[in-house]
Amino acid sequence: MNLRKERWGILTAGLCIGIIAALLVMLGNPINMGFCIACFLRDISGALGLHRAAAVQYIRPEIIGLVLGSLLVAIRHREFLPRGGSSPMTRFIIAFFVMIGCLMFLGCPFRMILRLAGGDGNALFGLVGFAAGILCGVFFLNRGYSLGRTYKLPTAEGAMLPSAMGVLLGLLLLAPSFIFFTEAGAGPGANHAGIFFSLIAGLAVGAMAQRTRLCMVGGIRDVVLFGEFKLLLGFAAIFSAALIANIVFGLFTPGFNSQPVAHTDGLWNALGMLLCGFGCVLLGGCPLRQLVLAGEGNTDSAVTVLGLLVGAAFAHNFGLAASAAGPTLNGKIAVMIGLAAIAAIACMNTFKKK
Amino acid sequence: MNTMDARGLSCPEPVIMIRKAMMSKENQYEMIVDNPTSKENVMRYAEHQGYRVTIEERNGEYTLSMKK
Repeated sequence: MNLRKERWGILTAGLCIGIIAALLVMLGNPINMGFCIACFLRDISGALGLHRAAAVQYIRPEIIGLVLGSLLVAIRHREFLPRGGSSPMTRFIIAFFVMIGCLMFLGCPFRMILRLAGGDGNALFGLVGFAAGILCGVFFLNRGYSLGRTYKLPTAEGAMLPSAMGVLLGLLLLAPSFIFFTEAGAGPGANHAGIFFSLIAGLAVGAMAQRTRLCMVGGIRDVVLFGEFKLLLGFAAIFSAALIANIVFGLFTPGFNSQPVAHTDGLWNALGMLLCGFGCVLLGGCPLRQLVLAGEGNTDSAVTVLGLLVGAAFAHNFGLAASAAGPTLNGKIAVMIGLAAIAAIACMNTFKKK
Repeated sequence: MNTMDARGLSCPEPVIMIRKAMMSKENQYEMIVDNPTSKENVMRYAEHQGYRVTIEERNGEYTLSMKK
């Protein structure tokens, strides 16, 4: 196995992805949100009317691109392998709470890196919580945690989520009146790069993430579990490239207060990402990785994406999502319920197994 | 030598399986996986532990033979 080539591959991909993320902000995406899988799925959830928070409704082409980019490269390398059946309902519930955690912090692990690279000090609390959550997950993995085996499935089954992404692209382009779009100036949903560039960016990042197996959760997890630094190298490369690009573009503003789409409650930033990190280890990968796996035909990951989408809808329908003003009481309660639920799921799939 | 069956398991489970098995310090192990990511991850781990890995592919399943 050519380890050197593999490491160069993920380093290069990480650097490209960091630059693409900064470019997306230059072209119109919200600041420190070149990519955010949680925010973008939340925007899609709103565009489809699953929640009615008018400030965050848009069909983000990046998400469509990530899935389809992964699909195309997977087909080319004969890695489109429809699989599923590994506790899909459990994965749905875990994903639901991962989204609750992400929307407490206001970002997925990918955006956490981009927030750090933009100088948002609040993301440091998120990073601490995220790492702690991963350690919780590793504790269970080391004791035999498993959601069971996957099985081969027909091609049509594996193609369902990528096809749905094609439909979403159609809805974005046709913009029928029943799809909700945030009005100009009315919130982050209105801030976006052009459809074409967003889609191309998604396709490119999806393709690179598929080839390199990039995963934000896997980075820290593999170092703790095996002393393996490959995935963490990708994480570090994204941070470095985005940091340099942000400085060059004048987007780097270090500090804690008045950071874009962020709040300053350190404890809840940390607890949100604790929930996210813990849940993602149990799912086997971060939200970005789930999109990429769904593109490879993994229907468990497709169900996970649906869980994230529904979690986002609940988060806004029940006032669970934090905002620049800080977390809500409902959100705090939901995060605590989420931590209890995830811990129970981890125990049930670790200690009661033969 | 038993062949470990990691088919259908997603990463990092196959690597945890091989790590536990390798605690017995034998000179030879064999494992079947059914996806390219698991194949790469198990292979990388075994090579870090000083094993030479050969891979045989059949119908989308990979048999990894690891020898010292």
